[in-house]
Amino acid sequence: MTAALLALALAAGPAPVRVGSKEFTESEILGALATQVLVTGGVPAEHRRALGGTRILWEALRRGDVDVYPDYTGTLAEEILGGAVAPDERALRAALRPLGVGITGSLGFEDTYALAMRRTDAERLGIRRISELVRHRGLRFGFTNEFMDRKDGWPALRARYRLPQRRVRGMAHDLAYAALAAGELDVIDVYSTDAELRRHHLTLLEDDRRAFPPYRAVYVYRLDLDPTALAALRRLEGRIGAPAMIDLNARVLLDRASPEAVAGGFLRAALGLAPEVRVEGRRERILARTREHLALVGTALAGAIAVGVPLGVLAARRRRLGRVVLGVVGLVQTIPSLALLVFMIPLVGIGAGPSIAALFLYGLLPIVRNTHAGLTGIPPELADSARAIGLPPGARLRLVELPLAAPAILAGVKTSAVIAVGTATLGALAGAGGYGQPILAGIRLASIPLILEGAIPAAALALAVEAAFDALEPVLVPRGLRRGPPAPPGGSRART
Amino acid sequence: MPPPLLELAAAVKRYGNGEGVGPLDLEVAAGEAVALIGPSGGGKSTLLRLLLGLLAPDAGEVRLGGAPLADDPAVRRRFGYVVQGGGLFPHLTAAGNAALVARHLGWDRGRIAGRLEELAGLTRFPRDGLARFPAELSGGQAQRVSLMRALFLDPEVLLLDEPLGALDPITRAELQDDLRRAFRELGKTVVLVTHDLAEAAYLARRLVVLRGGRVLQDGTLRELVEAPSDPFVSRFVRAHRALGLPGEGA
Repeated sequence: MTAALLALALAAGPAPVRVGSKEFTESEILGALATQVLVTGGVPAEHRRALGGTRILWEALRRGDVDVYPDYTGTLAEEILGGAVAPDERALRAALRPLGVGITGSLGFEDTYALAMRRTDAERLGIRRISELVRHRGLRFGFTNEFMDRKDGWPALRARYRLPQRRVRGMAHDLAYAALAAGELDVIDVYSTDAELRRHHLTLLEDDRRAFPPYRAVYVYRLDLDPTALAALRRLEGRIGAPAMIDLNARVLLDRASPEAVAGGFLRAALGLAPEVRVEGRRERILARTREHLALVGTALAGAIAVGVPLGVLAARRRRLGRVVLGVVGLVQTIPSLALLVFMIPLVGIGAGPSIAALFLYGLLPIVRNTHAGLTGIPPELADSARAIGLPPGARLRLVELPLAAPAILAGVKTSAVIAVGTATLGALAGAGGYGQPILAGIRLASIPLILEGAIPAAALALAVEAAFDALEPVLVPRGLRRGPPAPPGGSRART
Repeated sequence: MPPPLLELAAAVKRYGNGEGVGPLDLEVAAGEAVALIGPSGGGKSTLLRLLLGLLAPDAGEVRLGGAPLADDPAVRRRFGYVVQGGGLFPHLTAAGNAALVARHLGWDRGRIAGRLEELAGLTRFPRDGLARFPAELSGGQAQRVSLMRALFLDPEVLLLDEPLGALDPITRAELQDDLRRAFRELGKTVVLVTHDLAEAAYLARRLVVLRGGRVLQDGTLRELVEAPSDPFVSRFVRAHRALGLPGEGA
């Protein structure tokens, strides 16, 4: 087995560099840029896109599940190193080296918190810097909830500038833009590379007292990254200015281009590279997502059957142990699926692993419970007969008890399968792909067609799985146990 | 003198609710046919299950051929057992039910087919019914399959628990004839449970009356009629005579 895997690995040549990205548009674009710049530099690379948040990417990098991912100096200093290190590149490099991690130089832009006003208001009131807000205590502020809570957000800002404003509301980012445009708010927090900055006529206020830590974009990589790959990656250092990044974000978020296409366009224009951007058509995308989804569901379900049926048998045989087993698998079912997925990430890394593990655990309950119910529901005179005619326990299980419980077990497997098809959409949160990927991207981009591109096939697959099980029932359930009137005697098959 | 084939020695079995049987003493010689009779709840089925080893006695001993009975599938194959209600497996055909253990033991197809043919003749089961599932069989046919299954491995002992319990009178009479003929032809040791005195007397010479988990009387029908050992035995006998009991059987 190991030898076969090793042979396979050798035959496949050097493993491609795995580029990760977080689940927001800018990170995906930066991931696509890195992947394409590597590939055009002759380094095989693949993009494992939208894997999750900072923690997930950092853990994946440490484990070696990804080799490179884009991040920001402020995030590394605060969230990864706990604020003990100044967010400049030299200090970060020194602090990250012992962890086996390096960072490139700045890519040329910052994605930091900033305050924005309507340009007309800013000009009318003569406000260009945050410090000038002090004189206008009547301005209405609207901040994202995260900004309100983070210690480097509103609390830091208010303390540094001694801002007197009382009318501060927390709200969602997208709504804040709309409210500002509609004149219901005067000042909102934005990210300095937000796509919306291109659309609305807004003025970013200068952080003249440096309340916000610098969030310069860099690539974070494992120090064991191949030097050729690192050299290719570093071609992007200093090449992406803030206006360019705003534009790239806007092309994805507002113009609905794919991050790959946008990244390819940028590399052609800015670096004169000619990356081969393979833009999948919708049909191709759906097929690829279907394959990923089926692989997730199929693997998890096979595992759940292989473990669930024996557990159900055990539960039926040992009554006290059975109660414990049913209790434990029932308890797993009460964990929200998202939480279960997140629990799995530190245990099995990112990609398909945690999703399969979570789906497997979820799939256990219906199978264990139905196997147990099917076996304990066998009429006592049949259980007795099997013993009385002198079948040993193993043969009783195989020849009598499992066939009699087959309809119940099959119903349990079917329930598990349908649950798995639905739950597997969450796998996209940990980089497993599947139908969840377009759904998540659609939610992020507020694109109904993209959401439907995942949701419709997922629903169709659930129905298809149910139909498949209904079609399988006559094959797997012994004829004598099937519902409906018995077939005419002439049509029946003898068993001997 | 050889030891009795089946033997209960001061065997006791108590259930959680305080009911049960024993202490019971009973000996059955090889080739003998014994009917256990008595009211429902008298302990007949429990006794049968003790003889087969499906239940282990709380006290006393159950012996087969002079040796303590082991809880072992191989030992159980020395018995043929017809469960109350037939106990046919609904997922197997009549043939599949009858030959289940033989198939497990690795008999080849030809041997199984031959044995099925033989037993279908003995139990007067229609050949074209062999491929049917239990749900497609009449009550009498299902009982014949149950008997075929019990006889398949040619066991030394045949244990039957209310084999004709739920049948209509005509089918029941037919099957009583067939059972009596089969017992005579095979000469097996038979222990039969029934609550019907007439049936018991027709199929077995020796009758054992059980009530409250104890043996009230052990003898022929004539002994039960002429010298009842207990007022209950005479009441039990009278209840059947009122229905026009036939004479003493076999």
